[in-house]
Amino acid sequence: MFRNITIGQYYPAETVIHKLDPRIKIIITFTFIISLFFINSFYPYIFVLAFLLTAIKLSTVPISYILRGLKPIMIIIIITFLINLFMTKGEVVYSLGPLDITKEGLIHAGFMAVRLVFLIIGTSLLTLTTSPISLTDGIEKLLNPFKKIGIPAHELAMMMTIALRFIPTLLEETDKIMKAQMARGADFESGNIINRAKSLVPLLVPLFVSAFRRADELAMAMEARCYRGGENRTRMKQLKLQTRDFIVMVITGLLLGIIIYFRISEH
Amino acid sequence: MTIKIKNLTHVYSPNTPFEIKALDNINISIDNGEFIGLIGHTGSGKSTLIQHLNGLLKPTNGKIEIDDDDILSKSVSLKKIRQKIGLVFQYPEHQLFEETVYKDISFGPRNLGLAEDEVDLRIKEAMEVVGLEYDIIKDRSPFDLSGGQRRRVAIAGVLAMKPKVLILDEPTAGLDPKGRDEILGQIEQLYKRYNMTIILVSHSMEDIAKLVNRLIVMYRGKVAMDDTPREVFKRVDELENMGLALPQITYFMRAFKEKVKDIREDVITVHEAKKEILEYLRRN
Amino acid sequence: MSNEMVTIKNVTFEYTSAEDDKIAALRDINLTIQKGEFVVILGHNGSGKSTLAKLINALLLPTKGEVFVNGLSTLDEDKIWNIRQRAGMVFQNPDNQIVATIVEEDVAFGPENQGINPLEIRNRVDEALKIVGMSEYRKHAPHLLSGGQKQRIAIAGVLAMKPDCIILDEPTAMLDPLGRKEVMSTIKKLNKHENKTIIHITHYMNEATEADRIIVMSDGKISLEGTPREVFSQVDKVLSLGLDVPQVTELAFTLKKEGVDVPSDILTIEELVMSL
Repeated sequence: MFRNITIGQYYPAETVIHKLDPRIKIIITFTFIISLFFINSFYPYIFVLAFLLTAIKLSTVPISYILRGLKPIMIIIIITFLINLFMTKGEVVYSLGPLDITKEGLIHAGFMAVRLVFLIIGTSLLTLTTSPISLTDGIEKLLNPFKKIGIPAHELAMMMTIALRFIPTLLEETDKIMKAQMARGADFESGNIINRAKSLVPLLVPLFVSAFRRADELAMAMEARCYRGGENRTRMKQLKLQTRDFIVMVITGLLLGIIIYFRISEH
Repeated sequence: MTIKIKNLTHVYSPNTPFEIKALDNINISIDNGEFIGLIGHTGSGKSTLIQHLNGLLKPTNGKIEIDDDDILSKSVSLKKIRQKIGLVFQYPEHQLFEETVYKDISFGPRNLGLAEDEVDLRIKEAMEVVGLEYDIIKDRSPFDLSGGQRRRVAIAGVLAMKPKVLILDEPTAGLDPKGRDEILGQIEQLYKRYNMTIILVSHSMEDIAKLVNRLIVMYRGKVAMDDTPREVFKRVDELENMGLALPQITYFMRAFKEKVKDIREDVITVHEAKKEILEYLRRN
Repeated sequence: MSNEMVTIKNVTFEYTSAEDDKIAALRDINLTIQKGEFVVILGHNGSGKSTLAKLINALLLPTKGEVFVNGLSTLDEDKIWNIRQRAGMVFQNPDNQIVATIVEEDVAFGPENQGINPLEIRNRVDEALKIVGMSEYRKHAPHLLSGGQKQRIAIAGVLAMKPDCIILDEPTAMLDPLGRKEVMSTIKKLNKHENKTIIHITHYMNEATEADRIIVMSDGKISLEGTPREVFSQVDKVLSLGLDVPQVTELAFTLKKEGVDVPSDILTIEELVMSL
């Protein structure tokens, strides 16, 4: 049963972090990512860690839930760590055949790994605490000023909404068509790669036919409800900045300030 | 061939907040040559049940036996089971994918590894059963046909596997009365002329009453009733509590009996009602 | 302005088939629907009834003739949005007409397109959901609702645009009996309590028995028209058009053939019990 799939692993709750304006959350996440790349010493990481832990604590998302998000990218983190470990020149502390581990390499690799972990936790906190719909709203509003330079903010957001709306429907349909073909003796599981790819034809063709039919009908239904693009369109839900949004903005600004201060004072 | 469903339980998404017990300890035995109606409102477990019969879903508990073999045991080939037990899904026309009707119907027989002339023979036969003219239709694209024709192509695709048991999940959904009567007529032929065992999932008590000789009513994952339609339709209050209704004609006979007393009320088709009333009028 | 909600004048609609042939889906149709009327259009698949619905909503334009909604011609391009606001449309497949991922946002979709101010949209959405009895589901994800519930959401989405007339193109064809009942009682409520003109397209006869008027289409033409009683009393003709009559009507018809003295225009169980 695909019915219960949640998209973007949203973790529903009613916390301050969840209630923040999606625009602010997107801006904060970007600020956070940028600030990570300013760091090249140990102390600023303490502030970043404190910032992250506070945010996680306030969001009530279980740490295990967040760490689960790290799993798929663990391999990338490890590779990055190893490359930095062996490729950095400097004072050799240990030799593995032709490969040297240097002191600088250790420090650099450690920084890189921590930076990546923080980056992923930071962004996943955004998707964990923001429903796909408000995320879409946030993106649309943030992109609005760029409409003049040709960025189709409304269209992008509408596409995202429709995709989110139809993913569960199409997953359910995939399941059904797959079973229907299996009832006719289709085999999706055995054979070599070429045979398996071939065996997908009876699944993919009906799926595409259905997706196009749905698209056609949806377009007509939207037109019947007076849809004519983003021009002159209003929204029922208005995003309004609250005091908490400003407070969080200031805190994030401070974090960026501290990190930049450390960076400058080192030179 | 007999199908025995023993203590079948199925739970969707077990151990998650979305856990649903779709089937709860089902026991049914189906014999050769039965015409069974399966009724119950959406979510009662009908679709889950029929997907177990050819191994598309695996039981959480219990088992399915076909001629005393557990279909999930290693010695049994699921492919053979799926050949013997044909399953026509709801809106089966959505599964068509080939360029021509001929190729699409051949998908099942080819998966069985049959020789080309046997495949050809079966396609002709299957198309004839569902009332599609072989010479006119075979080379056309299934996507250019009318809705009713597409559905019949899809049913022919299952029939070409020559199943002994045919399960149809609401084969008349979305069809107009004429299309509905045609398909139901063909299903009746499969039962009468080809001696197939038929399991018909339907929402229409009127259709069920006309066709089947055994009616299984599902409610909240359990078998609530399992009897002839006439006996089932006597349990009006229970059925209504499950959100089901009798054929209008049965309601009429019940109302009529209240008025005149001297008449049978367990009438389930218009044809029977006519006979009953004419007899009643002759008596009085 | 007159009392006419929809006027269809000498309308023919042709489309071009894959083989480049011109096929007439509708031939020279004339039809007037009054404000507040509950009209049911019956017909087998391919009889032209869906085409007719789309012409009223200006989703299709007539090849010949003209369609007026509240006096506005659908050929007048400037009036298209006005027409679609006045004559809202509900489609057959509940899944393919819901746009948003939350019920109330979907209901808001129409008024948002009309550029209504946010507070007013909020009021309309709440009211529309209340009328269709779906208020408690306003925060739900549509894909987890039943077919009948989805159709009621689609109806609410049209209601929020404040139309005078609602066209329903086989809204019950894909539903189970329970869903069908939900949708039918909602439609009746819209007609009786909200004063909406209803044009309901279906091939289920039992949905037509309470209509003010039935129009039976066949091969792109209107082949029968009248009150349910007038239409259903012509059992032979209805059956020959590939349609059903209610079982009691059929019984009365066959009894009459056997020489029993019953009226030929039986519609309900009570009527037949009384007349026997």
